[in-house]
Amino acid sequence: MKDLGSMLVGKDPFSELVIGNTAVVRAMIEGGVRVVTSYPGSPTPEIAEAIKAIPRERRPFHFEFSTNEKVALEVAFGAAMNGHSSVVFFKSVGLNVAADSFVQLSLMKILGGMVVILGDDPGANSSQNEQDNRHFARMAAIPLLEPATAQEAYGMLLEALSIARRESSVVILRLTTHVCHAKERVHFGAWDEAALDPKPRFDPDAANYIPLAATVFPLKREALARLERLRLEFDHSSLNRVLPGSARRGIIVAGTARLSLADCLEGVADRPSVLELGSIHPLPRGIVRDFLASHEEVKILEELDAVLEGDIKSLAYDAGLRTKIVGKVDSEEFLGEYVPEKVRAILEATWPGLLVPLAAKAVPSNPPGTREELPARPPQLCPGCGHRSAFFAIKKALSPEDITVADIGCHTLGYLEPYRMGQVLLSMGHSTSTASGFSLFNEERRVLCFLGDSTFFHAGMPGIVNAVHNSHNVTLVVMENGTTAMTGHQDHPGVARNFDGEAPAIGIRAALEGLGVTNIREVDAYKQKELTALVKEAIAEKGFKVIIARHPCMLKFSREARRKPGWKARHVEINQEGCSLARVCVSDFACPSFQRRSDGSIEVHKDLCIGDGSCKQVCPSGAITDEGGAK
Amino acid sequence: MKVFNVYMTGVGGQGIGLLAELLARASDHAGLATKGCDTHGLAQRGGMVASHLRIGEGAHSPLVEAGRADLVVALERHEALRALRTMLVPGGTLLWYDASWQPLDVRLGKAPVVETDEVFVEAKARGCEARRVFLEDLDDPRRQNIALVAEIAAAGLMPGVGPSHFKAALGDLLDGKSLAENLLILEGAKG
Repeated sequence: MKDLGSMLVGKDPFSELVIGNTAVVRAMIEGGVRVVTSYPGSPTPEIAEAIKAIPRERRPFHFEFSTNEKVALEVAFGAAMNGHSSVVFFKSVGLNVAADSFVQLSLMKILGGMVVILGDDPGANSSQNEQDNRHFARMAAIPLLEPATAQEAYGMLLEALSIARRESSVVILRLTTHVCHAKERVHFGAWDEAALDPKPRFDPDAANYIPLAATVFPLKREALARLERLRLEFDHSSLNRVLPGSARRGIIVAGTARLSLADCLEGVADRPSVLELGSIHPLPRGIVRDFLASHEEVKILEELDAVLEGDIKSLAYDAGLRTKIVGKVDSEEFLGEYVPEKVRAILEATWPGLLVPLAAKAVPSNPPGTREELPARPPQLCPGCGHRSAFFAIKKALSPEDITVADIGCHTLGYLEPYRMGQVLLSMGHSTSTASGFSLFNEERRVLCFLGDSTFFHAGMPGIVNAVHNSHNVTLVVMENGTTAMTGHQDHPGVARNFDGEAPAIGIRAALEGLGVTNIREVDAYKQKELTALVKEAIAEKGFKVIIARHPCMLKFSREARRKPGWKARHVEINQEGCSLARVCVSDFACPSFQRRSDGSIEVHKDLCIGDGSCKQVCPSGAITDEGGAK
Repeated sequence: MKVFNVYMTGVGGQGIGLLAELLARASDHAGLATKGCDTHGLAQRGGMVASHLRIGEGAHSPLVEAGRADLVVALERHEALRALRTMLVPGGTLLWYDASWQPLDVRLGKAPVVETDEVFVEAKARGCEARRVFLEDLDDPRRQNIALVAEIAAAGLMPGVGPSHFKAALGDLLDGKSLAENLLILEGAKG
């Protein structure tokens, strides 16, 4: 078996089949990074999984999952101020959380240099939006590099680190979902391990570190001057390149859209020239101007927003160029990932007849005698999930007109049929505050909201403090499963472990009490009758009430259990004679282990059932039993 | 060499990650240019998941275009039919493990279950080859993915990638008892 951890800290150059998220870890090591921080969020958590593969004693840098993205960014910043090169990584919307400190970074002389790795998510594969964080780079005057492949992700992180250190500043490496998760053989360099210099080198007199009023201007001037220096450098950098082709038509493209474009242009006789950009901000004006000037017509093929388009058109205007520039022509071009199909459609609309036509589909979408539609398969709660029990029980305590507010985590899936629990969602930790708003001028519809345990620490507490301070009439259910489940089971401050080992556990009840919450109830989420009763009680009371519905993540629990010696598979079974065909297990509880037979009766799927037994109490005729007969 | 596209699909929790890693590694061991891409994140929670593999020098994006997969490998029957409709090129090969994990609407009685015959009938209507795999004596459902790899290796469904390459790929990822047990399935000694 290959040992990824040992490979990542090897001294010699090597190559390996890896995803982009793994490739950047080798760049951290080769690049001499000393501090890495993060908050888990797709598409980036596998960066931490690759880090985890390295034994602690051989890892040359500190790593931590911080409480949230803002905290992670600040820890990385502080370390770099002392001279330790640092990297912080998180998902697209994590930058919104970190933004308050992020926008200050370019004003700071950061001794060790730092890189912010953003995992943007065009196509909203696993995010609540597909925000284009290139806007943030412009707003905050921070350079941004964007690779298209795992190999480039590795190379561009090394480049970003080199720029950040040289400029005593900050650089963004913008990855997108299908760079993070794209797999290819990546060629890595040697690691020339430098001894750790543990001296804290922060010098408060080296620069102005307190931006206030008039002192902001010289700092901003320097940030803008740095961008202009880099702009000229990028004109001659291998980050950007021209693939020569037709003198008439050209295409400017960046990120994974480059790969989709290359696929579409396979076999095209009169290939347009292509300018591939790797440095997105600041735009390398020289190379773009020359490219525009040497073509009659240039299409800007740009995923998500028209960021490059604005820069390029204003450049053309200033330079007096007559080139026809084709940007986005309708709102659909602002949407979704620029996968090969999408790029093909855009190019066919831009230049009809350019591409080699694909062979027509030989068969209609539905051949005669086949079904019209296939049932969709959205994500759902796992077998044994405590959230399922909780939603089933809480729903019984509510009336249909009551308002339930969702938050982010696996429990967001409660909005799906058949639970319909959690009817509105904004962002991490919003639920208590949004629910507080719903409770105003509202004597009729009771308001209940959900919050996960990792999210409680991430951004949940300010809303809770507010609800206590301003006496909001809200019931909060903390869905405590002891992990950050959705992103791959990372530990959080509520459990007695951090990334490296034991840590003090910060109890949620103790935290709530410390925040001034006086009305707290706790229950195991599997105890459905008790949970229903507690919600009924709490929701009838005035003020801010919290119920902690606790059950360990059963996916994590059963994976760990399987690795223990002597583990045996357990299942429940249905006593078909005793079954009244009420089918509550399917219609209301909806554990995916319950499958419908052709005669309408229900059976238990042994590949799925983990034998947790949380379903036994939902059967009105008591027909669900542990395998072997125990009720 | 013409690009060869493989699209893998199944339900989150079925082990598509290992399947995809094995096929990509086998292709790489065969010395072929290999690009792939997997699903991570929330979709893995019981939803439809997909992995892409593209083999050959002319492949740039790691994603297979809709309707352009030469080989679809499905871990589940409903997803096999879905991928046959959306991803498989006319004349391509559909290989699926004939497990059925019913989607919610099937369990609720709102949609009919996909039957095995339905997959054969529709594959034929589309001019595609359909290959069903199901091992009666496979006690651990987490090995269903290896049963599919065994069929790909034995039937030579990935051009230029042979049994020794799949074996080497398995050796990259597993060791000890788990490697030994999976090698038995791969070599067809079981099932």
